[in-house]
Amino acid sequence: MVLHTPAAPDLVENIIPIAEENLSRKDYASDVDTRWCPGCGDYSILAQMQRSLSNINVAPEKMVFVSGIGCSSRFPYYMNTYGIHSIHGRAPTIASGLKLSRPDLQVFVITGDGDALSIGGNHLLHVLRRNVDVKIFLFNNRIYGLTKGQYSPTSELGKVTKSSPIGTTERPLNPLSVALASEATFVARSFDTDPQHLQTTIEQAARHHGAAFVEILQNCNIFNDRAFADYTDREVRDERLLYLKHGQPMLFGEDQNKGLAVSATGLRVVDAHGPDVGLILTHDATRPAPDVHQLLARCQYPEMPVPMGVIRQVTAPTYGDYLDSQIEVAKFKNRQDVAQLLKGRSTWQVE
Amino acid sequence: MTTTSPQANGSGGGSAPIQERDRVTVRFAGDSGDGMQLAGNRFADATAVFGNDFSTLPDFPAEIRAPAGSLAGVSSFQISFSKHQIFTPGDEPDTLVAMNPAALKSHLSALTKGGLLVINEDAFTSGNLKKANYPSNPLADGSLEEYRVIKAPITTAAIAAVDDLGLTTQNAERTKNFFALGLVYWLYDRDLQPTLDWIEDRFGRLPNIAEANRRALHAGHAYGETTEIADAHVRVPPAVLTPGEYRTITGNQALVLGLITASHLTDLELFYGSYPITPASDVLVELAALREFGVRTFQAEDEISAIGTAIGAAYGGGLGVTGTSGPGIALKSEALNLAVMTELPLLVLDVQRSGPSTGMPTKTEQTDLLQVMFGRNGESPLCVLAAKSPGDCFYMVLEAVRLAFQFVTPVVLLSDTYLANTAEPWPVPDVNQLNKIDVPYRKLEHIDPEDFQPYARDPETLARTFVPPGIKGLEHRIGGLEKSDISGDVAYSPENHQRMTDLRGEKIRRIANFIPELEVDGPESGDMLVLSWGSTYGAVFTAVNDAREAGHEIAHAHLQYLNPFPRNLGDVVSRYNKVLIPEANTGQLRMLIRANFLVDAQGYNEVTGQPLSARLLTEAIIKLASE
Repeated sequence: MVLHTPAAPDLVENIIPIAEENLSRKDYASDVDTRWCPGCGDYSILAQMQRSLSNINVAPEKMVFVSGIGCSSRFPYYMNTYGIHSIHGRAPTIASGLKLSRPDLQVFVITGDGDALSIGGNHLLHVLRRNVDVKIFLFNNRIYGLTKGQYSPTSELGKVTKSSPIGTTERPLNPLSVALASEATFVARSFDTDPQHLQTTIEQAARHHGAAFVEILQNCNIFNDRAFADYTDREVRDERLLYLKHGQPMLFGEDQNKGLAVSATGLRVVDAHGPDVGLILTHDATRPAPDVHQLLARCQYPEMPVPMGVIRQVTAPTYGDYLDSQIEVAKFKNRQDVAQLLKGRSTWQVE
Repeated sequence: MTTTSPQANGSGGGSAPIQERDRVTVRFAGDSGDGMQLAGNRFADATAVFGNDFSTLPDFPAEIRAPAGSLAGVSSFQISFSKHQIFTPGDEPDTLVAMNPAALKSHLSALTKGGLLVINEDAFTSGNLKKANYPSNPLADGSLEEYRVIKAPITTAAIAAVDDLGLTTQNAERTKNFFALGLVYWLYDRDLQPTLDWIEDRFGRLPNIAEANRRALHAGHAYGETTEIADAHVRVPPAVLTPGEYRTITGNQALVLGLITASHLTDLELFYGSYPITPASDVLVELAALREFGVRTFQAEDEISAIGTAIGAAYGGGLGVTGTSGPGIALKSEALNLAVMTELPLLVLDVQRSGPSTGMPTKTEQTDLLQVMFGRNGESPLCVLAAKSPGDCFYMVLEAVRLAFQFVTPVVLLSDTYLANTAEPWPVPDVNQLNKIDVPYRKLEHIDPEDFQPYARDPETLARTFVPPGIKGLEHRIGGLEKSDISGDVAYSPENHQRMTDLRGEKIRRIANFIPELEVDGPESGDMLVLSWGSTYGAVFTAVNDAREAGHEIAHAHLQYLNPFPRNLGDVVSRYNKVLIPEANTGQLRMLIRANFLVDAQGYNEVTGQPLSARLLTEAIIKLASE
C-alpha cells in the first residue's frame, strides 16, 4: 500500500484580527448581568479573558465564543463578542465547522470538566487530533455545579457527592494527559486565583496556530470548595506549584531551591543546591516527543509539584491549512464549471 | 462524450427474426463478488445511449462479501426499459440472469411465468447447490419447466475467451460478468460500443484486464448470435422523450449536484459535515472529490459532530449541510433542535433506510417522516421536504436551500435507499436558467447597530434577523436557552415562552405561502383520490394509470412538501369520497392527514424493504374504487 502523505501547506502564523481603536477590558464585557454564584472562580477567569483580549486588542466582531452546557458555558453571554451557547459537550463540533468555513474568525471554546470530558469526550479527542485552529478553555472544578453537586469525570476516587453518598467508585481523568494523548499541539494549565499567570496563558493560547488546550483550575465554592487549595493557596504556591517556562530549568520552591530531574520511573524532585543540580531538566515545550510533557502532566500533589503554564507547544499545519490548500490546488488544476459538472461523464442527445 | 441515439440499429444477427416489445424488465443476480452491479450499470448506460426510457433497481446485501455462493451473498440489479416513459423499475422481471444456484433460489419467484432464465450452468456444482439449499439440481429435475431456460457455460466460456492473455485463474474467471452482459446485449439488441468505451476508460491503464473484459463481452455476444435462442431476440424501440441533452442520474448523484448548484446559486461555499452511513455515504464520497468548487467536506467522528460542524458553518453564514440516514437522524436530534431554537439556515439530508435500529441498511423504507416531524424534545417545528424521483433530488435540494435561507430555519430533505441507488435518464438542466437563491443577511451588512435586534422578524415570513459573526457593532449571543422575543436575550417569562413557541410554529406554517399548491392529476373531485409522497411517486403514478385503464376514474396527487403542507391540501382531500394513501411504512402520512384534516383516509402499506409493487397497488386501488 502506498501511503499518501499530503504536502504540508506552508505554516501560517496565527493572524489575530486587531481592532482599529484601542480597546479596554470593559469593551469586551457585555451588558448582561453575570449569574454565577458569588465567590465563583469563573468571575476571575472572565476578567482575565477580557484583559487578555484587550492586551492583544482583538477586534470583537471577529471573536466568537462557543460553549456547551454547564456553569462555565454561560461564559459567552458575558462577552461583548459574537457567541453561541450550544448543547452539552458539542461545542468543539460547532467551533470546528465555524472555524473551517470562516478562517477569518478567532474561535474560542469554553467548556467544563463534565462538558468536555464526559458527554463531549469524543469531540475533545478529535478536535485536538485534527488540530483545528480553535482555543479550548476547560474550567475544571471537579464537580457538576449547574445540576447541583454530582461527581464529574475529574472527581477523585472515593469522593462523596450528592450522587456518590458513600464515595465514587471510578477513577478520574487527567485533562492534560487526555489532551497530550490526543496529539494536541498546545497544552497548558493555569488557575483562577493567579490573574497574571492566567492572562499570560490565555494570550499564549490565543497566539498559537492550531488547536490550543488550556485547563483552568477553577474553584466551585458551593459544591466543591477549596478543591485545589492545597497547592494554589497563596501561602503554599511557591512550594507546591511548578511554573513552567520554555527554555528555563524546572525549578520551584522558596528561592527556587528544588528542581525536577528524570528518575528511573518518571520524574523526581532534587535539591537545586545539592549534587544532582546538573540533572535538573530544562523545559522544552517544543520537544516533538510528548514523553516529558506526559510525565509533567502526571505530576500530582502531594508527591510532586503541580505544573502550571505551557507544557507543550509544537508547530504543525492545522486541519484548515490542509483543507484550504487542497481547495486551492483543486481550483488551480481543475477548471470544471457547474454546467460541465451537471453533464457528468457522458450525455446523449434526444432529438 | 455526447452521442446521438440511433433510430434503428437492428443488428440482424441470429437466424430468427427479431421481435419488437414495448417494455422489458431484466434482473441480473449473482454473488456479491460476481460484478452484478457493474453489469447492470453498463446495461443501463447502453440502454440510455440506445434511447429507451429506463429505471433501475440495485439490491445488494449489507455484508460486503458474504460467503461465496451463499444465499446471504446474493446481489441483484434490475433494469426496466421501454419505448414509453416509465416511472418504476418494474415489478416482475421478464428475464432473470442467475449466475449461481443461490441467485436462482433467491430470485426465481419474482420471474414472470414463461419468462426467460439465463443460467450460468458452470456454477451449478453440488457444493453450490448445497449452499443454496437445493436438494436436487433444478437444471435437471424439471422444476424450471415453466420458464424458457438458456443454460450457458458462462464461467468456462469466459475463461476460454481470455485463455492466452496470461491472467490468473481468478482474474480470468472475473470476466464472467462481461460474458453474461454480452449475451444479454445480444438478446436485447444493445450496442456494445458504450461498454467498450467504458472498459477503455476504466481499465486503460491495465491493458490485459481491459482486453480480457472486451473479449468476454464479445464472446458472450457471439454466444447469443451462434446459439439457437430463437424466441429470445427482442428489441424495444427507442422512447419518444422530450428533446434535449440527457444523462443518467441516481438520487444520491442528484443530491450532490444539487448541493454544488445551490452553492453556485447562493454564492456561498458549501460545508458538508457527515459520518459514513449507508445509504448516504455516497454523498460524502462524491462531494469530497469536488474541492475545486470550494467544497469543504468534513468526515466527522460521529453523527452528532457531523451536524454540529454543519451548524457551525451555517452560523458562520455559509451553506451548512449534513447528510445521514434514519439512525443518524436519531443521534442528531438534539443538535437539530439547537438549530430550531437558534433559527439557523441548515439543510439536513435524510436518505431513509429500513429500521428500526440498524434494520436493513441497504433496503428502502419511508419510515422517518414522523421522526423528522416530531422526534425532538419540546415544540420543535421545522420544514420537511421529500423528493419524488432520482432527478427530483436535485431540484428539491435547491428548494430546501431556498427555504432555509428565506425562513432562517433548518430544513430536512427526505430521500431513501430506492431513490439513492436507482438510475434514470435525466434532462441536464441549464444552470443559467436556474434562479439565484437569495441570502437575506447580505442586505444587513450596513444595518445601524442601534436598529439591530437578532430576533426581530420579517413581518411576512417571520424569519428572524440572522447576522453571522464578523460585522462590527452587531456582536450578539445566541443559544439553546429560550429567547426573548425581538432582543434574543435569555428569557424565562411564561408569556414570552408562549409567544416564542407560537412564533416558531407560525413561521413554519407561513412557508405554505411561498410554495406551490398541490396539483391534482385527474378529476378535481369525485370518488377517489390517491395521495402519495416521496419515492413511491413512480409506482403510484403507474398504478393509478393502470387502474384508470381498467375503467376507474381516479385522481392522484403527490406531496413534495410535508411540513408545512401545501395550502390547498385540506381542500383537496375533502373533495373525494375516498382517500387512499400508499406508503412504504405503516401509515405515517395517513396519520398526519387524518389528524390535520379529519378525513377518513385509508392506507396501502408495504414494509418489505423493497419499493412498492405497482401491480399489487393497482389491485388495492381497484378494490377500494369498486367498494
